[in-house]
Amino acid sequence: MHIPDGYLSPSTCTVMYAGAVPFWYCALQRVKRLLHTRLVPLLSVFAAFSFVIMMFNLPLPGGTTGHAVGMGLTTVVLGPWASMLAISVALLIQALFFGDGGVTAYGANCFNMAIIGSLVAYAVYRVIAGRAPLTHSRRVIAAALAGYAAINVAALCAAIEFGLQPVFFKDATGAPLYAPYPLHIAIPAMLIGHLTFAGLAELIISGGVVAYLQRTDPSLLKATAPGARDVDATQEITQSGWQVTRPLWVGVALLMLLSPLGLLAAGSAWGEWAPADFKNPQARLAIARASGNSAPPTQAPQGVEKLSSIWTAPMPDYAPKFLKSEKLGYMLSAMFGTGLILMAFMVIAAIVQVLDGKRQTDELVAANGNGAS
Amino acid sequence: MAGGVAIKRKRRKSFVEHTLAGLAATTAHALQAEEITKADGLLQHLDPRVKVVGLLALIITAALAHSLWIILTLFVIALTLALLSQVSIRTLARREWIGVLVFTGCIALPAIFITPGHVIYRLPLLHWPITEQGVRSALYLITRVETAATFSVLLILCTPWTHVLKALRVLHVPVVFVVILGMTYRYIFLLLQTAHDMFESRQSRLIGKLEDREQRRLAAASVGVLLSKSLQLSNEVYLAMQSRGFQGEVYTLDEFMMQPRDWIALFSFLVVAGLGFWWGR
Repeated sequence: MHIPDGYLSPSTCTVMYAGAVPFWYCALQRVKRLLHTRLVPLLSVFAAFSFVIMMFNLPLPGGTTGHAVGMGLTTVVLGPWASMLAISVALLIQALFFGDGGVTAYGANCFNMAIIGSLVAYAVYRVIAGRAPLTHSRRVIAAALAGYAAINVAALCAAIEFGLQPVFFKDATGAPLYAPYPLHIAIPAMLIGHLTFAGLAELIISGGVVAYLQRTDPSLLKATAPGARDVDATQEITQSGWQVTRPLWVGVALLMLLSPLGLLAAGSAWGEWAPADFKNPQARLAIARASGNSAPPTQAPQGVEKLSSIWTAPMPDYAPKFLKSEKLGYMLSAMFGTGLILMAFMVIAAIVQVLDGKRQTDELVAANGNGAS
Repeated sequence: MAGGVAIKRKRRKSFVEHTLAGLAATTAHALQAEEITKADGLLQHLDPRVKVVGLLALIITAALAHSLWIILTLFVIALTLALLSQVSIRTLARREWIGVLVFTGCIALPAIFITPGHVIYRLPLLHWPITEQGVRSALYLITRVETAATFSVLLILCTPWTHVLKALRVLHVPVVFVVILGMTYRYIFLLLQTAHDMFESRQSRLIGKLEDREQRRLAAASVGVLLSKSLQLSNEVYLAMQSRGFQGEVYTLDEFMMQPRDWIALFSFLVVAGLGFWWGR
């Protein structure tokens, strides 16, 4: 899933860098506040760790081998923000030193794997693990599914990025300049591989390592288990970390959801105006009004005609073509899809937080009543 | 690694052997790169900052170009730079080209048939159409990826990693990030060595073949052990840094000096990138 140079257009790469920067900034701020100077060695060693475990080829059911990226595992141990940074550092070393993933596509790779991957893994893990004790088997399943979901969502993001290339970037003869397959080919092609082999490797490693840690060193699982029954001190850290950046997430998700809707809403009103409508005075009025004209209904038809004729000019050239555009359709679906994923993630996180808060108060009440928790 | 006079001719390598080979290969890969950085060639003598900026400009030009000829010209420039820097074609092919060609080739091949456009040939029997646009598209992808990969591998093969990192400061990468990158690189080798030792000791006590299920358990346990070791290591490193007076401030030595030849090189890189951009629009 490491996108090499040359698969994405430079403008896509720029957009992906721009998308990743706010998250890097937030993550750095969050982690810095938590760990102060401990941050430097911790991130270094963890980035090295996530690099090294990518070399572990493990046998999968069915006779093939695969390697994990470790998104699920790093997130479960470090929490989403530190995991974002650690995986980004590992990806940079892979891109620069080992030629795995491109330099120009580094922003996209980080966005898919380090950022989206970590956040999805965190959401899935928290939701499924709930308040289960650290050594409960539910945490193993939660970690396994978190890894599986994270790698697949990351692959989906990469597929969307690939799929948008041939729509936007073609040479004079119509040959795609970058990744050549549209969304309806890119998405299944990427997902089939990841839903099976790569996802399975991630699933086995994430689940297996959490199971191992439960036997040997359960304290490593504490960071992302604030509500667990056997963790006494609730960690405000991950909670407040989430709260600080929530506006960012809401903003991004809403923007992605709304911008296509806004375009559609404006466009559909415009597109409905058939040329015949312009011979109908009532329709003309409606057009004039929709176009921001405040002319009263009683106005003389000539005036309306004049006004509407101003507005007919741009329409046949602009609106219908604009709406029928294949590019726009692709962009809308991609943006809408990404927005939906982000929104779903927001909702899940909010539910988790509400449930956790409620449980914590319940527990507090119970503890006060019984004198022991 | 299959047994000498093996009855089953192709025994599947066990997970342990497979991973051991991978770990050793990565270390060898890095060592070979270090050897080449010491060679007496053109790029090795240039200031790392010039190389980072210049080669990055060429990668971006290759990514921006809308003409196959420009991309191919850039590829030839990359080849010339490699030869002048004592990087053999064999090294480039082994390290980069073959892998990229196999991977990108697999991806680009179907595009020849399924990209709509002007049909130039039909496969006999199958009657699959080969379109001009499809061929162009596949060529774009392969040449672009090969060219960009060659430039970036040249940067690494001709510049010690520590210098690359310092040069990143020119691009305004935050200093904390650069320090983390540098330390990560060191710990990668330490952890590679640790993982290698773990698997070697396991392999030396292994008779027969482990079941797949058992291998997966072993893999997960190894990752777990490595994880605990990593955390322990990070704690120790932190204490060591603290005892040496580290308080979160990072200082780097900046001893690079631009020579006249560096300015000439920078100028040529940027001129080539600019011309490539102009002609390849």
